[in-house]
Amino acid sequence: MTSLEILTYPDERLKTGCAPVDTFDPTLQSFIDHLIETCANGPGAVGIAAPQVGMLQRICIVDATKARRPVDNHGHLVLINPEITAWDGFAVGREGCLSVPDYTGKVIRAERIEIKAQDRFGKPCTFTMTGFEARIAQHEVDHLDGILFLDRLVSRHADLKRRNPT
Amino acid sequence: MKNNWLILTLVGEDRPGIVSNVTRVLFAVGAELGEAAMMRLGNQFAIMMMVRGAGSPEDVIGLLESVRMTFDLKLHVDETDAALHQAREPDVLITVHGADRTGIVAEVTAALVESGFNILDLRSDVGGTAASPIYIMQIEGEARQGIHAIEVAIAALGAQGLSVRITPLDTVRG
Repeated sequence: MTSLEILTYPDERLKTGCAPVDTFDPTLQSFIDHLIETCANGPGAVGIAAPQVGMLQRICIVDATKARRPVDNHGHLVLINPEITAWDGFAVGREGCLSVPDYTGKVIRAERIEIKAQDRFGKPCTFTMTGFEARIAQHEVDHLDGILFLDRLVSRHADLKRRNPT
Repeated sequence: MKNNWLILTLVGEDRPGIVSNVTRVLFAVGAELGEAAMMRLGNQFAIMMMVRGAGSPEDVIGLLESVRMTFDLKLHVDETDAALHQAREPDVLITVHGADRTGIVAEVTAALVESGFNILDLRSDVGGTAASPIYIMQIEGEARQGIHAIEVAIAALGAQGLSVRITPLDTVRG
């Protein structure tokens, strides 16, 4: 299995909305395997979206198991046609992107989301995600809508939410 | 050494047009700007900026003389080994606040260096009133010996009237 080439900003394909997936065939399965491999080889990556490798379809990976510190998560997820259906709360957090090397910045995201999607075989699924995992999912769904974290930057001096209030 | 980055430091009373006029002069001679930090400090405006392609430090001082006079700026130029694409990722945010007094920065940073902490970004403000000023400081950096070492190192600061908050930073990279 080889990693796919990752597109980098300002490639126009990163600013393009993606089409829904409607065929769950072997070609899709093969692409997903390559996308997983590409994410695994991305330095520090906890997710990836299909448009980052030039495939303009609504496919992404969310993997909060790779957080530097343990966080609540649903394991390694392949999400097809994901749709965020509810948002709650907000927090400032730091984000980077395989498609924007050598830069991280602060972004406001919902703290808790509900998301519905299909798994890699087309089976419907829903998740309630919080914190770090919710942030990854929002970052990846943004990619599917042609939005980069650069489009959502807030002040460098915005305070970050405490993870462990005392 | 012509292509080395110079670091320019400019300071003067804050007023509109400083950045525009300084960068216009540099652009006109084909200079390249690198990373920069510019902010209001007190009633002054301070610029720290990487510049190359505008000649030697003496050349740059000469180019900016007119702008410097117009805005009554203090200008300093150093030739450095600065380089781009050297970004470091902070993994801890430390927020400090308390009644303003002398020694806060020295005490906090002494504790942090003791814990192996490396400062990447520090910003402090004085708020409150002139009669009762408060000091607020936000520091982002790398906890090279872990968060616990920082917690131990700063434990004594509370007794000195400072509120210190440690926030681990995890970066989503997707």
